[in-house]
Amino acid sequence: MNALNLAAEVPENPLVPPIPELVIGLIAFFIVFGFLAKKLLPNINKVLDERRAAIEGGMEKAEAAQAEAQQVLEDYRAQLADARHEAARLRQEAQEQGATLIAEMRAEGQRQREEIIAAGHAQIEADRKQAAQSLRQDVGKLATDLAGKLVGESLEDHARQSRTIDRFLDDIEAKAASDATKAEAGR
Amino acid sequence: MSAETMLAFDTECHLFIPGCGFEAPGLHSFVFEPLFTVGSFEFNKPMLLAFLSTIVVVGFFWVAFGKAKVVPGKLQMVGEAGYDFVRRGLVYDALGKKEGDKYVPFMVSLFFFVWIMNLWSIIPLMAFPVTSVIAFPVALALVVYVTWLFLTFKKQGFVGGLKNISGYDKSLGWVLPLIMVLELLQHLIIRPFTHAVRLFANMFAGHLLILLFTIASWYMLNGIGFVYAGASFVMTLVMTAFELFIQAVQAYVFVLLACNYVQGALAEHH
Repeated sequence: MNALNLAAEVPENPLVPPIPELVIGLIAFFIVFGFLAKKLLPNINKVLDERRAAIEGGMEKAEAAQAEAQQVLEDYRAQLADARHEAARLRQEAQEQGATLIAEMRAEGQRQREEIIAAGHAQIEADRKQAAQSLRQDVGKLATDLAGKLVGESLEDHARQSRTIDRFLDDIEAKAASDATKAEAGR
Repeated sequence: MSAETMLAFDTECHLFIPGCGFEAPGLHSFVFEPLFTVGSFEFNKPMLLAFLSTIVVVGFFWVAFGKAKVVPGKLQMVGEAGYDFVRRGLVYDALGKKEGDKYVPFMVSLFFFVWIMNLWSIIPLMAFPVTSVIAFPVALALVVYVTWLFLTFKKQGFVGGLKNISGYDKSLGWVLPLIMVLELLQHLIIRPFTHAVRLFANMFAGHLLILLFTIASWYMLNGIGFVYAGASFVMTLVMTAFELFIQAVQAYVFVLLACNYVQGALAEHH
């Protein structure tokens, strides 16, 4: 068989479809369509959905974990802030207490000091008064005795005698006072 | 089977041999001797290749999606990429996710079936695009056409469907009859015809070009003619690479149009 014979076998219009080929084409296509539509594509769709679900599930889990971590962090921060606050409060309290204590002790010390000083002063004054009293009596007696011995007679007039002694002693006191003033001024 | 019946041209004939002309490929290149016959039914190479396409497409998706896993293997990943390409790139784009989901299996089958049928063109030994035999594009266009017609009347009702197909619109006034004739012609006859012929003609022409340069390469392979043969062979390679691109594009266009037709059937006519 040569090429010319082959060429001669073509009488047909290429746009007129031969029926056997058409049928075969339809059968071939519907086999593909049947397998894909009934089995294979539902298969893959299921898997794609599962994958999407898995991915979304994973994302949700991650988000939940993140939210929890955030929550824990906030709690921790709040606790930390509380603790700091508490510590500051305690420190402040201690400081205040210390200050009060010091002030109290200082006041107490002051009071005790003044008491002691006052007691001392009173004692000194009492002693001085007592000494002055006894001195006056002693000096008066001594002076009277001495005067009596010198004069040879007892000075009967007690009232006059005591007045004279008092005047004498007052003079001495006044002199002593002026001497002390002078001494102080001289210092 | 001799080389002549396989190749449909005289392999002994070369340039510079007296009385030996160049036999250009033509319509006869698209007609095949039957491989076997059952009664009056003749089983030929394009039919074989059509069934091989079925086996390749189903086989591939069987291996890829048969035991689909949440964590995909390599083949499943490739399959998913192809599946998603048609689903998102074509169907969801034209019909939206909600409406489109029902038609995804149909469009995916259509795309991969057409593509593989085209692809035989550049597979050595097969070397023939099944879709360059008009019957195959017609069969597929017919399926799309019937689907479109069915959906139009199912969705719009009988009167609504007729309005949809005829482009009925009162506001057009006196040109309405003219428009209706054109629209009816367009929807019922021209559109399915061009749908099938677009695919057929592209594959037919592509195959013819590859064939031309291949035969010419062989024919000129004699003496000094091998320079011309080389140039011709380079063109064969270029055309083969180009065809690889065109095959995918035509499968894409075929399914894109199918999606648009379905979308037209579902949408209210404006």
